[in-house]
Amino acid sequence: MQLTVNGEPAELADDATVAELVAQRAPGHDRVAVARNGDVVPRSSWARTPLAPGDAVEVLAPTAGG
Amino acid sequence: MSTQDLAPALAAEEAADPFVLGGETFRSRLLLGTGGVPSLEALEAAVRASGTQLVTVALRRVEASAGTGGAAGSMVQVLDRAGVRLLPNTAGCMTAREAVRTARLAREAFGTDWVKLEVIGDERTLLPDAVELLDAAEQLVAEGFTVLAYTTDDPVLGRRLADAGCAAVMPLGSPIGSGLGIRNPHNVALLREAVDVPVVLDAGIGTASDAALAMELGCDAVLLASAVTRARDPERMALAMRQAVEGGRLARLAGRIPRRWHAEASTPFEGLPAL
Repeated sequence: MQLTVNGEPAELADDATVAELVAQRAPGHDRVAVARNGDVVPRSSWARTPLAPGDAVEVLAPTAGG
Repeated sequence: MSTQDLAPALAAEEAADPFVLGGETFRSRLLLGTGGVPSLEALEAAVRASGTQLVTVALRRVEASAGTGGAAGSMVQVLDRAGVRLLPNTAGCMTAREAVRTARLAREAFGTDWVKLEVIGDERTLLPDAVELLDAAEQLVAEGFTVLAYTTDDPVLGRRLADAGCAAVMPLGSPIGSGLGIRNPHNVALLREAVDVPVVLDAGIGTASDAALAMELGCDAVLLASAVTRARDPERMALAMRQAVEGGRLARLAGRIPRRWHAEASTPFEGLPAL
């Protein structure tokens, strides 16, 4: 399916979950947050949250900042 | 005196005058931002030299090519190893909606409901947008966040933020990263009088005397990033800031002498010989 990940078009398996997307995009990060269509997806729900075509997903991680 | 020699003496002073913020007690009154760090080694050295216990971080999109954790993953590891608490910010947000959503994401990522709330109204000056800021503060307090609000030095806005339930009000001394110091000390002092929550001078600090002045004006703590991270020697500047915050705090508690127009002799005139 086609969706948008961090502002860029992305192609994922039709049954992909948030957990699979995070594993693909942010391996090794231990403080990741995900927003799906603007709403937070809690870490505890990643594995059972399916993605849908057209979703806009943000996968965020810590960075330096004031 | 080296960093190692001085640290115990400063630690003793800090322990005797704890800083209570959001119901938690801190020894250090210096909050450090990580923005602008030249390297992880410099960050670690600066964090340790500063004595800070609270360090700000941001959330950004993971880069597709970042690999296994990348430099950002290592940054968190460095901060964890230093034993500091992470304070996520909402830097870059320009509306209450963006800031509230960013705070919710930060709560999820960092496992903390503390947030340094920044809502910027202008990209050139990075000055806070008062209307959006107050709106975001009210929403986040209602959602149970401990809100540390980055604000202008306006005492009335500071009072409104405190009334909204913010755990701290954090006025700028001057624009973020400008190093211009405290442009309106009178407003900062008035703001300090206007609220009962901690006041943290945040933004604009250029050098140690700026941090000392903030504390002398009655601020409870200082938050700075660029002044340390972009200094030629971040570790040494971090120690300078630690001493400045400590010195300014002690001076505030000790009570400065009044300013006089003319001299007040410190040596008595009585007994002056006729020569």
